[in-house]
Formats: sequence, C-alpha cells, structure tokens
Amino acid sequence: MARIDLDHIRHSYLANPVNDDDFALKEVHHSFDDGGAYALLGPSGCGKTSLLNIISGLVQPSRGRILFDGADVTQLSTERRNIAQVFQFPVIYDTMTVYDNLAFPLRNRGVPEADISRRVNETLEVIGLADRARKRARGLTADQKQKISLGRGLVRSDVNAILFDEPLTVIDPHMKWQLRSQLKELHKRFGYTMVYVTHDQTEALTFADTVVVMYEGEIVQIGSPAELFERPSHTFVGYFIGSPGMNVLPVTLEGGTARLGSLSISLPGAATAAAGARTELGVRPEYVRIGRDGVPMKLRAVEDIGRHKIVRGSIEGCELAAIVPEGDEIPADPHVRFDPRGINIYADSWRQTLRA
Amino acid sequence: MLELKNVTRTVGAETHIDNVSLRLERGTLNVLLGPTLSGKTSLMRLMAGLDKPSSGSLLVDGVDVTGVPPQKRDVAMVFQQFINYPTMTVYENIASPMRVSGAGREAIDAAVQHAAALMKLTPYLQRTPLNLSGGQQQRCALARAIVKNAGLVLLDEPLANLDYKLREELRAELPRIFAEAGTIFVYATTEPSEALLLAGNTATLSQGRVTQFGKTIEVFRRPDDLITAQTFSDPPLNTIVMRKAGSQFLLDGGVAFPVPDGLQDVPEAAYTIGFQPHHLTLVRTSPEALALQATVTAMEITGSESFVHLRFTDASWVMLSPGIQNFVVDQQIEVFLDPKQLLVFDGQGRAVTAPARLAA
Amino acid sequence: MERTVNNKAWFLVLPVLVLVAFSAIIPLMTVVNYSVQDTFGNNQFFWAGLDWFQDVLESDRFWDALGRNLIFSAIILAIEIPLGIYIALNMPRKGWGVPVCLVLMALPLLIPWNVVGTIWQVFGRVDIGLLGRTLASMGIDYNYVQDPVDAWLTIIVMDVWHWTSLVVLLCYAGLVSIPDAYYQAARIDGASRWSVFRFIQLPKMGRVLLIAVLLRFMDSFMIYTEPFVVTGGGPGNETTFLSIDLVKMAIGQFDVGPAAAMSLVYFLIVLSLSWVFYTVMTNQGQETGK
Repeated sequence: MARIDLDHIRHSYLANPVNDDDFALKEVHHSFDDGGAYALLGPSGCGKTSLLNIISGLVQPSRGRILFDGADVTQLSTERRNIAQVFQFPVIYDTMTVYDNLAFPLRNRGVPEADISRRVNETLEVIGLADRARKRARGLTADQKQKISLGRGLVRSDVNAILFDEPLTVIDPHMKWQLRSQLKELHKRFGYTMVYVTHDQTEALTFADTVVVMYEGEIVQIGSPAELFERPSHTFVGYFIGSPGMNVLPVTLEGGTARLGSLSISLPGAATAAAGARTELGVRPEYVRIGRDGVPMKLRAVEDIGRHKIVRGSIEGCELAAIVPEGDEIPADPHVRFDPRGINIYADSWRQTLRA
Repeated sequence: MLELKNVTRTVGAETHIDNVSLRLERGTLNVLLGPTLSGKTSLMRLMAGLDKPSSGSLLVDGVDVTGVPPQKRDVAMVFQQFINYPTMTVYENIASPMRVSGAGREAIDAAVQHAAALMKLTPYLQRTPLNLSGGQQQRCALARAIVKNAGLVLLDEPLANLDYKLREELRAELPRIFAEAGTIFVYATTEPSEALLLAGNTATLSQGRVTQFGKTIEVFRRPDDLITAQTFSDPPLNTIVMRKAGSQFLLDGGVAFPVPDGLQDVPEAAYTIGFQPHHLTLVRTSPEALALQATVTAMEITGSESFVHLRFTDASWVMLSPGIQNFVVDQQIEVFLDPKQLLVFDGQGRAVTAPARLAA
Repeated sequence: MERTVNNKAWFLVLPVLVLVAFSAIIPLMTVVNYSVQDTFGNNQFFWAGLDWFQDVLESDRFWDALGRNLIFSAIILAIEIPLGIYIALNMPRKGWGVPVCLVLMALPLLIPWNVVGTIWQVFGRVDIGLLGRTLASMGIDYNYVQDPVDAWLTIIVMDVWHWTSLVVLLCYAGLVSIPDAYYQAARIDGASRWSVFRFIQLPKMGRVLLIAVLLRFMDSFMIYTEPFVVTGGGPGNETTFLSIDLVKMAIGQFDVGPAAAMSLVYFLIVLSLSWVFYTVMTNQGQETGK
C-alpha cells in the first residue's frame, strides 16, 4: 500500500495545448493517503477517468509528476507501478477457469506455483467464489465476473493501490448493495488505498471516507460525505450531490438577512460579498420545512417515492423542492421555512463563510 | 388500450415470458420493473411486434394484432443504447418518422421544434449525433419517439447509460411529456427508485412472470407476494423467518413479537416477515413499536442519510436512517420496528394480509 | 391462438424453386444418371450399376489427386492462417493507416481467379516473366513448367498472395471488437505480448477464425482455375487436383460415366466435410453464446 501524490498534474489530449480549455485536466494537486478510501465524483467529461488512468499509468500526464510513497513513478509503465484496476465492464479471460484468472497476474510475475495456490485460494475465499474455482469464467454472472476482476488485483498482496472505474455500472441494484458492502469490508480488513471513480453520488458517498468532486477538469471540493452534503463549497457540488439537488435562490444580502423579491430570510450569521458579485442562497430540500407558517409556497407537484415525498413548487417565482418524511401531511395552503442549519450563502458560485 | 392475454413466449427449452396478462390504458405510464433477464425486454419486443408470442394474443383497442409486424403497428421504441442515424443531423433524425409517414413540411417543422424544445435540443439541431454527448444522443432518440406520436411508446431502460444527475433531470421531465402525449408509455427499468420517481403504474417481473400490476405506490406499499416485495425494494427488503405460536411470532433463540392486529387468526406455521429499511428506526415511533437488539456490521453515510447494516440473530438487515449516524462496527444498538409496517408472507411467499392494508 | 394459414405464400417462393431445380437439382440428377450408365456415343446408354464408382475408388489416379488436394489444403491453411493473424495483429487500429491498409488488403480479393492465374503464369515465366527472369539471373534454377517442386511453390505462393487478405480482414474485424479495457487489464496484470495474444486476442478471434478456416479449406479443396491456368495440372500429373482431373476426364476424354461417378464422390466428400465444420462451428457457438 502506498501514499499517492499528484504533483501539479495537467493533462491534454491535444499535442500542443495552448490555453486552459485545451486541458482535460486543468490542474490537480492532491494527495491520497496510504490506506484511504477515496471517490472521484463528477459528471462525464469532468476528467475523473483521465485522472484515474494517469494514476494507473495508462495515460501519461502532459505536465506534473505522480509519486508513490515519495518515489517518482511518472515515467514508470503500468505493470511496474504495481496497481490493480477494475473497469466499468468486467474484464475476464474467457477461456480460463476462475482459478486461472486469479493466478494469471502471479504467473506473469513468476511467482512459484505453491505460493500462487495459497494466495489464489485465500482470495477466492475473500471474494466468495471458492466453490467455482474450477469453472470456466465465461459462464458467470456480471457481478461474479466483476469479483474476478477485483480478485486479480487482490491476489497480489503487494499492490500499491486498487483503482475502480465505475465498477457497478452493469450490476443490478440488489447486487450493488452486496458488492458495495463487500468492498467496504475488504478495505477495512486489508487497508488498501482505494480510488473509486463514479458519476453516481450514492456509490461515491457510501464507499469513500473522502470524496473528491470534479467539474470541468478541476477539483471543486474535497471532503467527507457530511461536509459535501451540509457545506457544499460550490453551487455545482450542491446541485450534483443530493437528490434532488440543493435549491439555489438568487438573493441580495443585507447583513444578517437575505432578500428574495419581497421576502426576507434571516441568516444564521452575517454575510458579505464583494460588490457586483452574484449572490445566492443555497438550501437543500432536506432543510426546507413545510407547514402552516413561514413563506407561502405555490405547490406544483408532490412525488410520493415511498420512504419520503418530494414536494415541488415555487416561492417568489423561484423553483423550490422540499423533502417531507413518509406519513407527514402537506397542508392545502403550504408555507415553507428554512432550517438555519442548512442555509449557505454563495457569491459567484463559491460559498461564503457566515460571521456569527 | 393495449391488452395482453395469457401471452407466453418460449425459445427452445427456455421460457422467456410466462403467461402474462396485462391491460395498459391510453394516457398512462407503465413501468416494467425487474432485474436483468427477468423478461422486461422480451415483453417489450412482444408489444412492439418484433417477436411473436408462442401462445396468447395481443389486442389494441380490442383488435387482435398478434401477428402484425412492427412497421404496421403504431409503435415507437427507445433502446438502452443510443440509436440514431449517424449521418443525419439531429433535426433530420427527429423528423425521420414523420418523413416516412409523408407529413407536410410545416407540420414536420412544428413537431420537430416542439420535441426539440421538450428535450432541450434546440441548440443542437444542425449537428450530427456523433458530435453530441451521451445524454444529448439519448434525448435525440427520445425526441424521435415523441415526434412519431405513436399510440404505444416503449422505452427500454432509456436512462441506464446516462450520468446519475442527467438521469434525475430527464426522469423528472418524462412523466410530464408522457402526460401531454396521451399515449401508452411502457418503461423498463431495474431500479425500484426509478419506478417510484416515475409513478404511474408498475408491473413487477420475475423470471418471465408479471408478479403484480397496479399503481406504483400501491404495489410498493402493498406487495401481493414476497418476490414482488423483494423486486420492489432498494435497499433490499429486510426479512426474517418466524413461527407463529399462539399470540406470538417466535424465532429460535427466544426472540418474540406479539402477533400484530388482524393476524391473530392466521394458522400456526412459519412465516416470512418483511419490512422496508426506512421502517427500522432509532427512536420509538409508536407505543406498540418492537424494540430489537441488533449488531452493526457496516456503515454507509450519504450525507443526508445513513445506511446502517445490521445483524439480527441470523438475518442481515439494512436500516435507512435520516442524518449522519456514527456507529462503529460490532456495536450493539437498539432499533425499533412499528408492527403496522410489517409485511407477512406465508410458506409459499404469498402476502397473508399486510396489517397496513387493514388500517388503510 | 388463432392463426390464419395462407397457402398462397407457396406461390411466391415458386420462382426460386424453379430456378434451383434448373440450376442445381436437374444437373445433379443428370450426373447421377450418367454415373450408373455407360455409353459409346450416339446417345446409346447401357446400365453400368456401381461399376464406375468401383473403378473410381480403386483407381490410383483418384487417390493421388485426392491426396494432392489434401496436402495442398493443409499447406495453404498452415501458411495463410498464421500469416493472416500475424498481419492482422500488426495492422494499425486507428488513424489514417486504417483505410490504406484495408484497401491494400482488399486489392487481391477483387481480382478474378483466372486473371490471378494469368498474372502468375506470366510473372513466373523463365523467358519473359519478371519473377522467372530475376530468379534465373540470381542463379536459381526455377521452372514451374518442368520442375514439380517449382510448380507447387508457384501455386502455393499464388494462393497465399490471393487469399491471405481474406484471413487478415476477418481477423482484423475480430480484433477491433475487443474493448480497450482488456488490453489495459492485461498490462496491469503484467501479461506478456504472447499472453495477450493467447488469452485475449485468440479467444476473441475464435469465431471469425473458424469461419476463415472453413472458407479457406473449402475453397482450396475445390481449387481449379489457378492451377489450370498456370500449370494445366503438370508437369505430368504433379499439380492435377481432383477438379482438374475431373474436367480432363469428362471433357478431355469424354469418359462421362467415370467422371460423373468421381464428381459424385467428390461432392460427397465436400458435403461431409462441410457438415463436420458446421457441427464444430455450431457447437462452438453454443459454448460461447450467453
């Protein structure tokens, strides 16, 4: 296991990049701690897969260095970096048995058969495929194939990191739950450094201790799931994480109050923003309370999705979504209040600290 | 109205569709929910006329269309893979079904502009599909299906290959578009949450059979059998097998529940008790709530919610709890379960009578 | 289920049936007829029973020709399949090189058989052919008209030149369908170049390769035009394959009866080999399906 440092990484798929727009990765300077579970989260085209491939060595960065435990590996080939990677679509060697699939990376490295047998059998136990060791890998289900892909990484006890590129894309929802908890358990048991790329917030937040949110080739926020949820540092994070995303309302600031049209919303602290900046108030649907007092809301739709209801409507002409627990009543003439704990203020899309 | 009467399709020794009967009304959105290979795509292909049933019949507004080929049916279909004509512009792609039907120039233009606006494709009309993102390509395919103005629109996991957020946005749009169009929409998905967000009606599928069909939220809340409940639950349904003895449900090891109201008369036998993950709570929600001692096996936090994986005797459960819970693995915690929320299934997996249904 | 049965559909396939009857069934029946008759011309025929079949199966001429056919097929398969795979593996996967390579590869396939024969016939001639003169000037004693080994070499080289492209194109189609992730995973697993070929490329090419083997085998087994044009079956009978022998017998010698019997035996051999290939291929298909 290793600590991974990305030292001012920039990458462009063009031969001679000139300006920032030519770069798929604008500038990434970050460290992945030894034994940490990280997720790279972002929409398609944000550069997350490029970054993963730069770590694994499948792509050479245009600028910057990658260090494993302090040693520069930028010029090292994929096989010499000693990492494992699980891809979106399961990669298995069709003609081999499950056992031979797992033994393959060890045989390629000239490990003695006795050691191979021991390690493959251990890994088969870990991924729960011991009873299928002698079966052809071809006939297995998608989730079993994905476990084999993972197993080929785990079998090498000395891997520096395990990288995942949207590994649950082809897996049915019920199996996702199983695989996800098995991954977490593996991480806890063996302390691998894991980096997990996904566009799915649930996967990212449940898997990782630290989530790196990427947008247009840049990191916009790094934080724990709770931080990303409660204190999104950019309106994009507020939108991208959470279902539905954060409500963003254009407001003008006057010390401890925010004005939305004719409404005044009192803030938990005083906010200031540079003159001319576009100021917004962000509040997640989970912090919008619906009741008989507060600001009147024009109701548009109520979606009952089982465990809670999503209420959609508008205040002062601005779209607003709220989440109401299962069983709670929605009054005919609904009013909304914002829980002060969930109020964030943004200037030009970046979060401002409120002074008490 | 589209009606399937005892439709079965077998290929070789395999039964792909097993005696399915469904009635889909005009102006409704119907979700086919089930895991991979449960028969969603096979059923859609039968509806489209791409395959013929081995037995049974399909009726459109009472007319038998069983052997009618797809090009003679009033049907549009969108697949999981983005399928567009690669050399045509987005405009021509969307217009193509109307060109085939020989519509006038102005009618075509009006329809294309309308569909493009719905799908937010107006700025891209002159591009070719390969110069678009995945989401835009799929919206182009959707727009083509809308323009065709068919009586039956089949969508086979249309959002599966799109980003999570894009999926969320399109999912919010689709029911509105469906409501406007007044046609029969059929939408296949593997994800229970998607069915709930789309609302409308849901048919749950398992191994080629439709296990239940009804209003989405009703099927979710009152499943007729264990398979339906399991298909329609994400996170997976929590279950435990218990034996009814007198006025109690017993588990080996001394755990006992009082039998909930309305179930006192069911015969003494083994039952599978099921409940949704969000019905396990950390606080007592009602005076009758059962208090259970469980062990934490794993924690997953999404920021707004926590999935607490628990072990209760031999059973593995998930509790979906609002906010951030900081339990450690192997910690013993007390959780509560409202008996009103229990689903009780007999030895064959049939719902005995869910107490919630009696209360409703 | 009620299903209306409409017999009119049969009328629609009738033209095809008539065509097949005239082009295949009637000639075949004529051949069957000839194979059990003897004639001395003048349209006088005598019943010969299975005599011709017995003659054919007992004649060295038949077995020699069959042997030559099998050796020829084995040699060209042994060359064209590995060579085709090798070329396909080394063709570019993206960029401007792709269309260039594809066109170059397709060129020999576009040339008619007899033209290919003529090209090589002229190309190899010792007096005026570029190849023949060049080899002669290098002091190599090459003459496909007189030396059996040279004749064989010429025909084999010609066939390889003409048909390896087909194997290349089929293999290439199989190769480009392999997702990048497989190669990336192999690099991560530390696989050697040979392992990548053995465990990723070869299995993924399996089905197209089988088709390539089948096509090349059937085609080479029925080879006629090229050796006929280049060597005419000689020197002696050294390049006389079954098809050439058949034509010699039927048209050259007017031994219609033995020729018919031989062609039927030939036909049955081809048919049974096709069946073997078909069975192998469908079994393979069932294994890889799912």
